[in-house]
Amino acid sequence: MKPSPFDYHRPAGLGEALQTLAETGSHGKVLAGGQSLIPLLNMRLAAPGHLVDINGLTELATISADASGVRVGALARHAAVERAGSARAVQPLLAQALALVAHPVIRNRGTVVGSLVHADPSAEMPAVLALLGGSVRLARLGGERDVHARDFFVGPLESACLPGEMAVSAFFPALPERSGTAFCEVARRHGDYAVAGVAAAVTLDEDFRITAARVACVSVGPVPVVVDVTGVCGPRPPASVDWDEVARAVQDRIEPEDDIHATAGYRRHLTGVLVTRALRGAAQDAAQSTAHDAGEGRA
Amino acid sequence: MSERTGEHRHAVTLTVNGVLREATVPARRLLSDCLRHDLGLTGTHVGCEHGVCGACTVLLDGEPVRSCLTFAVTVDGHEITTVEGLAEGGELSPVQRAFSECHGLQCGFCTPGFLCTVTAFLRDNRTPTDEEVLEAVSGNLCRCTGYQNIIKAVHRAAEIQAEESG
Ligand SMILES: Cc1cc2nc3c(=O)[nH]c(=O)nc-3n(C[C@H](O)[C@H](O)[C@H](O)COP(=O)(O)OP(=O)(O)OC[C@H]3O[C@@H](n4cnc5c(N)ncnc54)[C@H](O)[C@@H]3O)c2cc1C
Ligand code: FES
Ligand code: FES
Repeated sequence: MKPSPFDYHRPAGLGEALQTLAETGSHGKVLAGGQSLIPLLNMRLAAPGHLVDINGLTELATISADASGVRVGALARHAAVERAGSARAVQPLLAQALALVAHPVIRNRGTVVGSLVHADPSAEMPAVLALLGGSVRLARLGGERDVHARDFFVGPLESACLPGEMAVSAFFPALPERSGTAFCEVARRHGDYAVAGVAAAVTLDEDFRITAARVACVSVGPVPVVVDVTGVCGPRPPASVDWDEVARAVQDRIEPEDDIHATAGYRRHLTGVLVTRALRGAAQDAAQSTAHDAGEGRA
Repeated sequence: MSERTGEHRHAVTLTVNGVLREATVPARRLLSDCLRHDLGLTGTHVGCEHGVCGACTVLLDGEPVRSCLTFAVTVDGHEITTVEGLAEGGELSPVQRAFSECHGLQCGFCTPGFLCTVTAFLRDNRTPTDEEVLEAVSGNLCRCTGYQNIIKAVHRAAEIQAEESG
């Protein structure tokens, strides 16, 4: 099917984009990579009166990384963020998760910030932002605000971005020293949305004991479900953690539902398995970076 | 249709397969439809129109994208390569020859999308592993071949490419 008609706006700068969004209000929608919006338009599940195409705003195609974290601009495509060496060095979870977002061809157009605003509970990027406690910067005519991940994801396909607002960037904080991350998921085929998926971050102390452990689960609730499992994991070395207990602690917190792809029970089971897999992977990653740091310290 | 509805039309200039082409289209014209209907390039196929099948994949400034998930107005001024533009000087490209040699197609409906995807993939990765080839074509659906000959064709194309550049 084809989209229904809309008025097309192609602002030359951010100011003009915000002006148009202010004028069109709830009838206006931002068009970024189009990889979620255009399918909805083609199937006529959405029919906005005005589209504000931000693909000309190349000043928003930025990826900047420093010791505090990675800031990704609204026009940075998934593929560009995945490839950016500076982002990978500061926050490796971004590239780990992006490799699981759709297919490479979709990643050439889709944007990280668009994925956050779209707020699909099965999507990887919202889980990454939620796990790391990042934020999204929302601009409107005459002002801007930073919204923490915890308040940004409101419900399935619903974010805190209001009519008249545009997300201009997102910030993914770095983790403390001796930390590691992993993203594990199960999908029907590589590149499909996950039936269940878990992002994990683990921090170790100098004796390789877990001092912080968190997971964010996708496809098992209206928004990414973040669970802090530091209490059940630490302070112990990964080899002496009772992983079944950790999995149960997370399974108690999720609210999976039945759909055509999987039953709620199967999603709950998968989440338990993936929690263990992701946390152990993250702990191993942390141990490697700890050993690496120690090695550098001696040299 | 848009003449009847009085819908606003936009002038779009695209460089398609090296040739400057112009079209006047409503904003909602998908790049896939612009190529097929406005420019008469029916090599690009349309299967699902929601990004899943990959049949409509073309190269935008050299990178593979779904033409069914791109508006023609958005890519005004850019370069597009379609399957019609892959052959060089009347001779099939290495990827096209490999698909033909290895029986990487039957009905051919999915083929334009595979050819564009694989052309860009082998440009960036000249010696791919089995795993990388699988991932590279995982976003394209084929209802005929069972994929095995497509996978063989990608490896064969890498070989031809290496022979001809070596
Ligand atoms: C076949 C297929 C498979 C996919 N698989 C996955 C997957 O496994 N995992 C996954 O995470 N995603 C998947 N996606 C979605 C893909 O990641 C999208 O790129 C992403 O969800 C949206 O980014 P976009 O830039 O394309 O946004 P668009 O489609 O342009 O926009 C999406 C929504 O966000 C709004 N929006 C976008 N940017 C802004 C902004 N800066 N400010 C305010 N509002 C904005 C739009 O108005 C719209 O409502 C898949 C897509 C396809 C077609
Ligand atoms: S027609 Fe574009 S992906 Fe199927
Ligand atoms: S050859 Fe028929 S769909 Fe692929």
